[in-house]
Amino acid sequence: MTMLDLSILPDIALSGYEPAFDEPWQAQAFAMTVNLHQSGLFEWKEWANVLSTEVHSGIDRDYYLHWLRALERIVAMKHLATVSELGNCAKAWQEAAERTPHGETISL
Amino acid sequence: MSVKHDHDDHSHMTETEARVRALETLLSAKGYIDSAAVDRIIQTYETKIGPQNGAHVVAKSWCDPEFAAWLRRDATAAIHSLGYISRQGEHMEAVFNSDDVHHLTVCTLCSCYPWSVLGLPPTWYKSPPFRSRAVIDPRGVLREFGLDLPTTTKVEVHDSTAEIRYLVIPQRPAGTEGFSEDQLVQLVTRDTMIGTAVALLPEGVA
Repeated sequence: MTMLDLSILPDIALSGYEPAFDEPWQAQAFAMTVNLHQSGLFEWKEWANVLSTEVHSGIDRDYYLHWLRALERIVAMKHLATVSELGNCAKAWQEAAERTPHGETISL
Repeated sequence: MSVKHDHDDHSHMTETEARVRALETLLSAKGYIDSAAVDRIIQTYETKIGPQNGAHVVAKSWCDPEFAAWLRRDATAAIHSLGYISRQGEHMEAVFNSDDVHHLTVCTLCSCYPWSVLGLPPTWYKSPPFRSRAVIDPRGVLREFGLDLPTTTKVEVHDSTAEIRYLVIPQRPAGTEGFSEDQLVQLVTRDTMIGTAVALLPEGVA
């Protein structure tokens, strides 16, 4: 697999040439973005621009929270899923987690 | 077989994790992302917190009896001493395979996986059939992974929770006397530390 040019992404924390993740969901969000790009749904530069808008929005939040917000935005911009679909699905997951005893399968 | 349960609470999922899960659910249902490809991307980019950290822990325990004893006694501290620290601060427990007992870990939530030493869980680990079947019929599941254990070996299934996560320490393969720690690291795959495989034989080293 060809490695993407991560250095065009604004403010990304790289350790060597690798992204530095603090939690699993960050790696998941990162990899889904790369996969969407690889499937031709957007250009990498286009992604860098959307991410840049979030990072430079003036809102103070962790880098990968900016990333996640940017990913939700580009997904909506490209009509892959609507904002309300995403919101409802996230809510459904949280409700499913709350009614599921730990160790049992969480399902919607 | 024995199953260790610690189910005194409902499952925990933060708002952020739920948003990521929602993207994953909708984008894969619509065919825009492919879970296997996403797993491969993570493995390609994430070499700092991947299973090589766990392999280091295992290889060190094979070479250094004092470290192995520490790992048995207080895995959290022993693992942290190598610099593998999870910010979630969960407690780690190392379970050692022997001829008498083989350990297998399961959980359904990716947040219940010792990702600071194993990287992110593979897709099959998160799949509901794997977990439920691993609890009901661990030997059958292990056979599907190509691991046919003798009936004299007991299988213990450990259910990871948000508070306690397990690292399986596979048995050191025969014929590796005199191997360096670096050579041994290459025999330890991610699956050996989940318990669905045994360490590679030395011939398997490239």
